[in-house]
Amino acid sequence: MKYALLVHQSQEHFERRDDQATLAAGRAYGEALQAAGVFVAGAGLASPQAATTITVRDAKRQVHDGPYAETKEFLAGFGIIEVPDLDAALEWAARHPAASFAKIEVRPLLGSHFPVAAPKAS
Amino acid sequence: MIEMVARQSYGRLVAYLSARSGDVAGAEDALGDAFLAALERWPADGIPDKPEAWLLRVARNRMIDAGRRNKVRLEAAGQLEHIARDAEVLAAAGEEFPDERLALLFVCAHPAIDPAARTPLMLQTVLGVEAGRIASAFLVSPAAMSQRLVRAKNKIREARVPFRVPELPEWTERLSFVLDAIYAAYTTGWESLAEPSSTHHALAGEAMLLGRMLVRWMPAEPEPAGLLALMLHCEARRNARYTREGAFVPLDRQDPTLWSRPLIAEAEDLLHAAAACKSMGRYQLEAAIQSIHAYRATSGKIDWPEILLLYEGLVRLAPGIGSLTGRAVGLAQAGRPAEALAALREIPAERIAGYQPYWAARGHVLELLGRGEEARQALARAASLTEDAAMRAHLLERAQSAGG
Repeated sequence: MKYALLVHQSQEHFERRDDQATLAAGRAYGEALQAAGVFVAGAGLASPQAATTITVRDAKRQVHDGPYAETKEFLAGFGIIEVPDLDAALEWAARHPAASFAKIEVRPLLGSHFPVAAPKAS
Repeated sequence: MIEMVARQSYGRLVAYLSARSGDVAGAEDALGDAFLAALERWPADGIPDKPEAWLLRVARNRMIDAGRRNKVRLEAAGQLEHIARDAEVLAAAGEEFPDERLALLFVCAHPAIDPAARTPLMLQTVLGVEAGRIASAFLVSPAAMSQRLVRAKNKIREARVPFRVPELPEWTERLSFVLDAIYAAYTTGWESLAEPSSTHHALAGEAMLLGRMLVRWMPAEPEPAGLLALMLHCEARRNARYTREGAFVPLDRQDPTLWSRPLIAEAEDLLHAAAACKSMGRYQLEAAIQSIHAYRATSGKIDWPEILLLYEGLVRLAPGIGSLTGRAVGLAQAGRPAEALAALREIPAERIAGYQPYWAARGHVLELLGRGEEARQALARAASLTEDAAMRAHLLERAQSAGG
């Protein structure tokens, strides 16, 4: 079963994402996911200021500068893992280095809509 | 006979089917169909040798049919096949199927489940309590309650909450969620009396049944025994809590001869057995406090210093508004009312606003300190916060005598 780990954080923490310690912790976490054979995909996201939002209504394309919603805490990164059940997903989410200051939302993937690469065998 | 099988088997069958499919609602629906089929067939054909295996086979077939109709994902279809094989083997062998009710309890009280849904979910799935009754006990509309239950079951299925009994290190915390949900069933019954003077708790019987199951399933765990002992002590006082005329009687003025000796004895046995585990916990402490009150039946006195000691322990383990208030009452009754008032003042204002026992305790302490007008105000405020008319009358009477 695949789960998305969605990292929501504040601007304040977002600005510190390039600190040496933060980078090292992120890298170690990614490696741990890989080593356990549960990693499917994942990435950090650029600032919401870099976002462009698009809608198509009546075949007309509307493009807006900025994220879908301006919020104090915003989506700053995501991971997709494949594990047997929610408890296993929660365990991995709790180990996420951002879990101690940001919020990690764990959402099951529906799975059938988009093909997602299978996790590499460890 | 069918009703008897239903009552005894319902939870076991739901637990077995949902543990294998991950779909509680689907298991309940299928089982409902199976019981309907039994009502049609058994009176004519006679009761099968293995009624549970019969019900399991019918329910399993319904789940597979439903799965085909809904064009479930391949994965779920695979699980259904698995159930089918399991059920076939079990039915053929005529064996007892494994009891998954404990795992189901842990699913119901999983931290990923809405806390407001945990107790209702347990009552419905493990004991088969009717949704309408649960709704009325929780003072919400049947529609709102069924929505809450449906949402929780969808979450279990969609997020795949695992059917398992957790292990260390999460064990202690996860068990406490189960205990809290069971205790909530007990106290919810308490708050929702249809008739204020009635001493019947809507769900007390169900809560104690769950408590007994838990003690049977984990005899080496002291906290389930503590919880059951606590409920038994409270239950023992059922007939002493109100006068014949329906007036509220506070615990220290109750007539001990009206208490149930057998229930108290059972509670004491449980508490002693739990103490042997040498692992103190919230429910053991709460039961121990009630045990001291119960001892008044023998000694004629209440050992308040001992109660105070137990509350000190409880405040360290579970510093809730209830234990903080209880400790203050303990201080007051142990002859230290000034310290009691100081302890009450330390409780943050946002936690006391709607908590009736706090204001009753405050009124009592102020009265002991000879501050009649302040005591009257606090007791009147307590009266305004209770839903129980008999309790309200009692508090208003005390307010009047304090102010006068």
